[in-house]
Amino acid sequence: MRSNRLPLYIGLTFVGSLFVMMLIGVFYTPYDPNAMDATNRLALPSATHLFGTDNFGRDIFSRVMEGTKTAFFIGTTAVSIGLFFGFLFGAFAGYFGGWIDEILMRFIDAMLAFPGILLAIMLVAVFEPGIKNTVIALGVMSVPAFARIIRSTFIQYKSYDFVKASIAKGGSALHIMLKHILPNALSPIFVAASLSFSGSVLAESGLSYLGLGVQPPDPSWGRMLKEAQPYIATAPWYVVIVGVVITVLVLGFNLLSDGMRDIHDKRV
Amino acid sequence: MRFYLYKLSMFGLTLFIVSLMIFFVFQLLPGNPAQIILGLDADEQQIHYLEQELGLDKSAIVRYIDWMAGIFQGDLGESLRYQVPVSDVLAERIPVTTSIAIFSMVLTVIVGIPLGILIARMNGKRIAVFLSMFTQLGISIPSFWFGFMLILLFSVTLNWVTSFEYVAWSEDFFGALQAHLLPSLAIAISNIAVVIRYLRNTILDQNKMDYVRTATCKGLSERAVLYGHVLRNACIPIITIIGLITADTLGGSIIIENVFALPGLGSLLIQSITSRDFPLVQSMVLYIAAIVLVIHFVVDLLYKFIDPRIRQGR
Repeated sequence: MRSNRLPLYIGLTFVGSLFVMMLIGVFYTPYDPNAMDATNRLALPSATHLFGTDNFGRDIFSRVMEGTKTAFFIGTTAVSIGLFFGFLFGAFAGYFGGWIDEILMRFIDAMLAFPGILLAIMLVAVFEPGIKNTVIALGVMSVPAFARIIRSTFIQYKSYDFVKASIAKGGSALHIMLKHILPNALSPIFVAASLSFSGSVLAESGLSYLGLGVQPPDPSWGRMLKEAQPYIATAPWYVVIVGVVITVLVLGFNLLSDGMRDIHDKRV
Repeated sequence: MRFYLYKLSMFGLTLFIVSLMIFFVFQLLPGNPAQIILGLDADEQQIHYLEQELGLDKSAIVRYIDWMAGIFQGDLGESLRYQVPVSDVLAERIPVTTSIAIFSMVLTVIVGIPLGILIARMNGKRIAVFLSMFTQLGISIPSFWFGFMLILLFSVTLNWVTSFEYVAWSEDFFGALQAHLLPSLAIAISNIAVVIRYLRNTILDQNKMDYVRTATCKGLSERAVLYGHVLRNACIPIITIIGLITADTLGGSIIIENVFALPGLGSLLIQSITSRDFPLVQSMVLYIAAIVLVIHFVVDLLYKFIDPRIRQGR
């Protein structure tokens, strides 16, 4: 049976269009995202202001474009941090097993005891909110997911003949991990990275909504929602549009992850 | 017996690591904690007094032991903002969060499980791909934004819900139902999607098993195979996922309580962070993490209870 590629294509389209929006936003936004216009507050979406204006008369479309940078930046950095440490934890635990595995996994279990964004909330509360600490907190939060995936692939491949052969030839543990097992573990890692990207974007919007994430003047979709909440009755489009944009990016990465897993599963 | 002891000691060890992690993070507060808590315009005397109260003159190990000893005696320290014991503050807030969380779990189960079964039965049809993408949507929506959308629909547009005042079940049943419904639904939406996806995958996996072919060959109807055989075998995965979801429900509650201004743990946590009430934050984080660990522990024990193969160690 041919695998269904529809989720993959839709995911690529969603992520791709927001990525293009970000690239354009680097050079051009229709209005200055921070320019206020007291005479034109909470304007309805129109030809001049595609998504309308906010409570300060700022162009929402330009601000959404500006927010794509933060979203992609936070997603990419958080995934990189999570992947790096998750790889260290997972690879060592899976490859060596025994008491090393036992100790490392207890730490991962301990991190999993913090539900939702609690771990990130705690870290940000202690180290002051802001874009840098948000990224670190979300990176730490995504370590367990990577660690578990990587651990299980390492356990699986450890028993394969090509790994045993390399051990017999006297290959060092690091050599075997990076040269032999890692290339085989790439597709589950990509699936997990895509999932972790969407999780980070979602968590960032939650943190910023609570006032604990990205701080002004840095642009953030989550904080836009916080600012939009009081106007939910008078300017519902403001709340709706920003939420839809977040959902599109998160859904895009989730579908991408789903699509990649499907292809991987079919191949195995 | 050995199994229970092992599980119990692992539970204890993980809880210990969690408490160390939390304590360690709060030790990393940059600068003088007393100064940070009181703000820049506090005078020397106040700072000195708070330093003593926080035990900053003692070593970190002594402070950790004091904190733990207090917790085992039910003493979580004193909230700086409320000037009352942390346990008193928590006692007011816990019932609200618990009630919302349980209601949300009930919603998740009664909506998610039937839909999961329904979608599994539609497998192979073209519509299944779209339904699967639709459940992805449920996972992708920010829960607090879904809360906004519920407010927009039921309060602003339809005017059905006029007040977001929290009402306890003991006060007024229908009032409480109204107060619980929207926040619980906002928390439940992603969990419902997760349950549907997970249940569907479990049923489809089970359907490939030999016992299903045997049952079908025996002449049992599709319904009888599903309800009599497949779902019974799907029990363990269902319990796993429900255990995981309980933790997510608590996590979701942290944000949603702030959307609906509910007087629970989540809103208290954020207020305490904003007012730099760190002793309260530290104890609350530990409390929430401990609940999650207890849930994981109970789920582990439930496996054994339900599946005789695990019980007999086979």
